[in-house]
Amino acid sequence: MATVTTTATPAEAGAGSFLRLLAVAIAILVVLALLPGLVDSYQTVLITYGLIMAIAALGFNLLLGYTGLLSFGHSAYFGTGAYTVAFIVRDLGAQSMELCIVGGLVGTLLVSALFGFICVRHTRIFFGILTLALSQVLWSLAFKFFWVTGGTDGIRVAYAKLTLLGGLVDFTGPGSFQRFVFAYYYYVLGLFALATVIMWIIVHSPFGKALQAIRDNETRAAFVGISVRRYRWIAFIISGVFTGLAGILWVPLNGLTTPDVLYWPFSGEIVFMSVLGGFRTFAGPIVGAIAFNYLKTYAVASTEYWQLLVGLVLVILVLALPSGIVGTASRLAARFGKVPS
Amino acid sequence: MSLLETVDLKKYFGDTRAVDHVNLTIEEGEFISLVGPNGAGKTSFCNVVSAYYSADSGKIIFRGQDVTRASVTERVRAGIARSFQLVNLFDDLSAFDNVALAIFSRDGKTRNLAALARRDSAVTRETDIVLDQFGLAGKRNDIARGLAQGERKLLDVALAYALRPKLLFLDEPTSGVSTRDKGQIMDTIASVVRSEGITAVVVEHDMDVVFKYSDRIVVMHQGAILARGTPDEIRNNEQVAMILIGSAGPDAFARKD
Repeated sequence: MATVTTTATPAEAGAGSFLRLLAVAIAILVVLALLPGLVDSYQTVLITYGLIMAIAALGFNLLLGYTGLLSFGHSAYFGTGAYTVAFIVRDLGAQSMELCIVGGLVGTLLVSALFGFICVRHTRIFFGILTLALSQVLWSLAFKFFWVTGGTDGIRVAYAKLTLLGGLVDFTGPGSFQRFVFAYYYYVLGLFALATVIMWIIVHSPFGKALQAIRDNETRAAFVGISVRRYRWIAFIISGVFTGLAGILWVPLNGLTTPDVLYWPFSGEIVFMSVLGGFRTFAGPIVGAIAFNYLKTYAVASTEYWQLLVGLVLVILVLALPSGIVGTASRLAARFGKVPS
Repeated sequence: MSLLETVDLKKYFGDTRAVDHVNLTIEEGEFISLVGPNGAGKTSFCNVVSAYYSADSGKIIFRGQDVTRASVTERVRAGIARSFQLVNLFDDLSAFDNVALAIFSRDGKTRNLAALARRDSAVTRETDIVLDQFGLAGKRNDIARGLAQGERKLLDVALAYALRPKLLFLDEPTSGVSTRDKGQIMDTIASVVRSEGITAVVVEHDMDVVFKYSDRIVVMHQGAILARGTPDEIRNNEQVAMILIGSAGPDAFARKD
């Protein structure tokens, strides 16, 4: 959102910044593509988790950063994606990951359409509380209906049973876990890149502009003819489906889905990621999700009081860097005369 | 057929008669000023017709259609637009994006989420023309929050104008700006509105401005219409002079020019 001062005409400036953005995006993608060859498989798994959470945060931020709605219940859509895949694999015996993705997306689409329809009738704190309450309903269902959901034990989804790319890649035989880690990283990376491009187009489309208008001033948005509630609902559904995709991709890597991914602290983590990276920037939630993933992993490994450490980081962040990592970085870059990307 | 007709339009807030059985007919192409002391119901009337408030009773007929129960967006699509007394903008968007959004919305393009807004050359061209008409071309890429008060007022009007409405309510378009800027803003607004043949209803306190630009003046008092007529008829109306400036007589509205 940083303003770029330039002597070029707006059209030239637009084309120039687009090319620069494209160059940066391709460079990052190339680095990410080379990474598994440079680091061990544990690090590869960590980055895979980070990319998955980045998709979730990207979806979440369409609501917070672009529509001005703070959801405290995005665990519901992550969890719906995860559980739908688990049901498809366990009850339908499906092996194709693509089938799981389609099924999971339909599942999250339905849940987010229903929950969104209820939640967008309100804004601010009432919206937040409604999203929280509805996610807790799903959590309690997963928790209590153990004969369907496995209760706290959850449902196992073994990677060895799955195939990628319509059966082209399977994971049987010796060394299958290494092959899975390697192949699944690229699978997730591809979907992450696709999801990022789609989200980038959405937020820069006329529809995305309408969402930002609603965020800034819902009254005026209505007075330029925008059906505020309907747009919020559509944004909610898109947001839920993106977060659902993250849940879908998360299950095979984790090997198990439990009610924890439907529980409200998990929604809090998604909020944390976006704030950490900077929710007023497009790239913020991506950076925030990957950074949070590392923060949590190393905090858990280094101290039993890891929640305290993570909480401390959040407090410092809100007080010292309210615009998050990316927001602060682009401000610093602008101050030192470089053009922010 | 009149452009707008209100029949016994009523809006009370408790005992306060904001709009008290107002019957007003507005013809196409008119430039009407709505005047009256504070609390006379001018803004309330605009609010009820533009659906900011719902009417208690009465009817609003717009281009032959009863729009009394229509929502804000339905009325905007029918051709009723408005600006606001307290500037109401998309503060974190650029001046360009503010106006472009109104055009996207008017053309039904905000439903499109698979194309880049900046790539729509027709909207870009029209937005630049509107910004130029309102003297805001130089502020194209400035974030609305950072504009000067006069510029914000103009952008507020430009947003409503960009919808190409049939009927445009302008609620105190010059309030809060310096006397020097006032004339310039009204000149800009009046020339743009007249050149497009848009019917405008302007709420205004400054009687110099009112007499200069209006085809017809409607005077409100305590929620009801006290008088209506041409600038000359209103100028010579003693009752109006009493209400508006507390003194009667032919010199009550002395011409300053």
